[in-house]
Amino acid sequence: MDKKSRYTYDVIIIGAGVIGSAIAREMARYNLKIAVLEKELDVCTETSGRNSGVLHAGFNNEPGSLMAKYCVAGCLGFDKVAKELDIPFARTGKVVVGFDEEDKDKLIRLKEQGDRNGVPGLEIIDKERIKELAPHVGGELAMYSPATGILNPFIYTIALAENAHHNGVDFFFDNEVVAIKCLEYYEIKTTQGSYDTKWVINCAGLNADKIARMLGINDYTIYPCRGEYFVLDKKAGQYLKIPAYPVPNLKLGGLGIHLTPTIDGNILIGPSTEYIEERDNYSSTQEIMDLLIKDGGRILPYLKKEFFIRNFSGIRPKLADKNVGGYADFVIEEREEVPFAINLIGIESPGLTSAIPIAKRVIEMVAQKQELKEKQDYDPYRKGILCFNDQTLEKKKELIQQDPNYGEIICRCETITKAEILEAIRNPLGVDTVIGVKNRTRAMMGRCQAGYCETRISEILMQEKSKKEDEIIYARMRGNMFVGKVRD
Amino acid sequence: MTIKKDVIIIGGGPAGLAAAARLKELGVTDILILEREKLPGGILRQCIHDGFGLTRFKEALSGPEYAARFLDQVGKMDIDYLTDTTVLEIDSNKHVIAVTKEGLLEYQAKAIIMTTGCRERTRGAISIPGTRPAGIYTAGVAQTYVNLKNIMVGKKVVILGSGDIGLIMARRMTLEGAQVLAVLEILPYASGLPRNIEQCLNDYSIPLFLSHTVTNIRGKERLEGITVSRVDERLKPIPGTENDYDCDTLILSVGLIPENELSLMAGVNLDSRTRGPIVDENYQTNIDGIFVAGNALHVHDLVDFVSIEAENLAQAVLAYIQEGSFPQCSIRVETDDQVGYTVPQKVSGQKDITLSMRVRSPLKNCAIQVLQNDQVIKTKKMKKAIPAEMIQMRIKKEELISSEYIKVVVRHD
Ligand SMILES: Cc1cc2nc3c(=O)[nH]c(=O)nc-3n(C[C@H](O)[C@H](O)[C@H](O)COP(=O)(O)OP(=O)(O)OC[C@H]3O[C@@H](n4cnc5c(N)ncnc54)[C@H](O)[C@@H]3O)c2cc1C
Ligand SMILES: Cc1cc2nc3c(=O)[nH]c(=O)nc-3n(C[C@H](O)[C@H](O)[C@H](O)COP(=O)(O)OP(=O)(O)OC[C@H]3O[C@@H](n4cnc5c(N)ncnc54)[C@H](O)[C@@H]3O)c2cc1C
Repeated sequence: MDKKSRYTYDVIIIGAGVIGSAIAREMARYNLKIAVLEKELDVCTETSGRNSGVLHAGFNNEPGSLMAKYCVAGCLGFDKVAKELDIPFARTGKVVVGFDEEDKDKLIRLKEQGDRNGVPGLEIIDKERIKELAPHVGGELAMYSPATGILNPFIYTIALAENAHHNGVDFFFDNEVVAIKCLEYYEIKTTQGSYDTKWVINCAGLNADKIARMLGINDYTIYPCRGEYFVLDKKAGQYLKIPAYPVPNLKLGGLGIHLTPTIDGNILIGPSTEYIEERDNYSSTQEIMDLLIKDGGRILPYLKKEFFIRNFSGIRPKLADKNVGGYADFVIEEREEVPFAINLIGIESPGLTSAIPIAKRVIEMVAQKQELKEKQDYDPYRKGILCFNDQTLEKKKELIQQDPNYGEIICRCETITKAEILEAIRNPLGVDTVIGVKNRTRAMMGRCQAGYCETRISEILMQEKSKKEDEIIYARMRGNMFVGKVRD
Repeated sequence: MTIKKDVIIIGGGPAGLAAAARLKELGVTDILILEREKLPGGILRQCIHDGFGLTRFKEALSGPEYAARFLDQVGKMDIDYLTDTTVLEIDSNKHVIAVTKEGLLEYQAKAIIMTTGCRERTRGAISIPGTRPAGIYTAGVAQTYVNLKNIMVGKKVVILGSGDIGLIMARRMTLEGAQVLAVLEILPYASGLPRNIEQCLNDYSIPLFLSHTVTNIRGKERLEGITVSRVDERLKPIPGTENDYDCDTLILSVGLIPENELSLMAGVNLDSRTRGPIVDENYQTNIDGIFVAGNALHVHDLVDFVSIEAENLAQAVLAYIQEGSFPQCSIRVETDDQVGYTVPQKVSGQKDITLSMRVRSPLKNCAIQVLQNDQVIKTKKMKKAIPAEMIQMRIKKEELISSEYIKVVVRHD
């Protein structure tokens, strides 16, 4: 029987995190009809938008593991991806700092592990070198990894998705997968409708075990493990130019509370490591906030209260439960009894770094069962939103001449213009939440935390999308900003 | 092309407008005000309640009415101003870069007056635990939506912080049909003015809970509720005192911070107490020719004092333009731990001065004394002093007895 006539899509990807988006982008090279189903209103609303944004070098992972292999490959290959997608990225290097002899032994072992994994350039350095590389960081000795980098995980995921879309992939938001019928093809039921496909790629992150169960695979359980963060003002950015981690206690299942500069010049403190019950409880807690300040202060003694501008948290989709601890390897598999369904489960750190190699692995698996032909017109390039503030004075003048909207400042802290806001609202994926604009432009991310620009942005959203007051959404469905007009 | 100006005023709120009008009166004509909003008037544009101008005009005006008095003057005097113009950069040479829809503007000024106002402290700055749903607004943002954009932000409201804007918003939201469940204040006393407590809360039977704060926020999409706890003397929540409120809106009125990002670019030093610049009796910062007044200097509770401050500043700027410099201001003004700060922070001893200050906590039957060489040179007796009300003391140059530092202290009877 020719299956082809029965289904609409060759491939349906469930979940528009960095993994789903990377797979969509890489698969779009081939002559396949692809769709992505996402329960939220935008890409990267879950783990992919809630992490440290570090391009890991790959020394933390067990030699021979998929994590080690894909992390190293993802790190070394990132320059090309960043260039194609026009995304900000910096290979800053990183220090893992120790305080005593015990730490020293651990660092030496960490370096050996990294060497075995093929991580380039690792060195054990003394206090003096730490002072050169990261003048404000405490610690007696450290391991230095020159290959480690930082990136903006929102922009990366958005760029992957936009580029996929540009190459023909359909994105369906607000479509939560609720059931899957396994016929000779798959019929996927969502909160909005039903979609037919030959292949299912399960990249549902924290819900990947649930999707697997819908496919009849019952032996995976995800253990949510929350990590909380503080975001520091750019004023603190001068104190830290490269990520600084403590010697990891890998048993805990996290890398320890560390300090990471973001590509935009802020600093993140975190994440904590706490197993929780709910998969979508992104709360911050007082106890952890206190802990972050204490532990963060150990590495960076310059912490000041006025630097704190925001909190957030992310949840690790762990396959290892609390009692086992540590890291279980990525699962990327197609089971014989459920053919044409590839499950990606337990894609926790370093998942962001590993996204492209993971996507390539998935394509290999597909290619084992059907011949893939490269499309002639595949375009790996995508252009990001031009950042007015980064331009020279001359270029700024030119931009305003071309488009007066560059002359209207909407976000004063980050100096984001109306032209950039409009470009974000008119994004190819059709996203129109307030947070969607924030993640695409950095507006509202500065020290006034939207005090100046939020009113302007919601107004522009209403105009651009012809929406009424009570239709403007902050981040998630039912997260309405307003109840209506004051007076009609 | 760089345009030369005697004085560039950044910010067209009440401070900027008053400074401009006075300068012009004094004969300085080459002035330009740069304002980023569509209209000048500053924060007053959204303050549609009355209570402005009682000191200055002996009348209760609304915010826009108060602003209009100065705008009229600026209009009549033909003072140049540009709106929809955001200043992006200034430097210590008094080079100014601003952006408008027509293009980039570059100025070279002899003097810059910073009247950029203040911004609000946010949830992040006070780190409230819990989720981060829609429905959490600072009071000023809620006020902008309701008063300027005709947008209603919620129906069931709790207000955290008893700052004046929070109190005003409690009344405003009530008048527009929302239910305001409570106003919470972490300190044992209110931070807003007594008249606002009376007119905005008591008149509408809105309860004010002192020594209370929000310890958790619930709701994944839109705010669903909060947990409120009582706090101890160290402002730490007391376990067992938790109380849950169901509400869809949380309004934060937890403090204002002088806006000085531009000044920092030019190398201006700030005072960690006011979070505005350290200035001398001429309102000049450590950078020669950069002056500051209004909420950018220190947060004011009454606009009347903002106008007066800006007018005094104008007098000094005139002298600066004519003479190019001032006498050395090497007499520091210090405080004891009951006085929060003073402005100015340094003086020359050759000019009459007005010291503006606030006490750190409410006091009764006290005297504020100004000392030099351990001698009292001025005393102000007060039946009641509260942090919400700025205190001013005028000191004539003859009253200073030496070039030693000045100290402002509180004495109890
Ligand atoms: C605290 C923390 C720090 C980290 N730091 C780093 C780091 O520095 N470097 C690094 O490389 N990695 C890091 N990681 C790991 C990295 O963030 C993840 O591995 C990666 O983001 C996983 O991407 P994903 O696409 O698999 O998951 P997600 O981003 O969670 O995407 C899954 C998507 O599926 C959607 N979905 C779920 N259920 C359904 C359904 N039923 N129907 C439709 N859609 C559904 C979700 O809404 C979501 O958008 C960190 C992780 C955490 C938690
Ligand atoms: C909500 C509220 C209620 C109040 N209620 C009362 C009351 O009842 N009675 C009373 O007497 N006083 C009241 N006050 C106090 C008084 O209104 C303020 O102290 C006064 O408005 C401060 O004036 P300002 O000029 O310093 O600042 P603002 O009024 O804030 O003006 C600053 C101006 O500078 C502009 N600006 C800032 N940065 C730039 C830039 N980079 N480029 C261009 N322009 C810029 C801003 O857009 C703004 O217009 C209230 C204040 C508030 C906030």
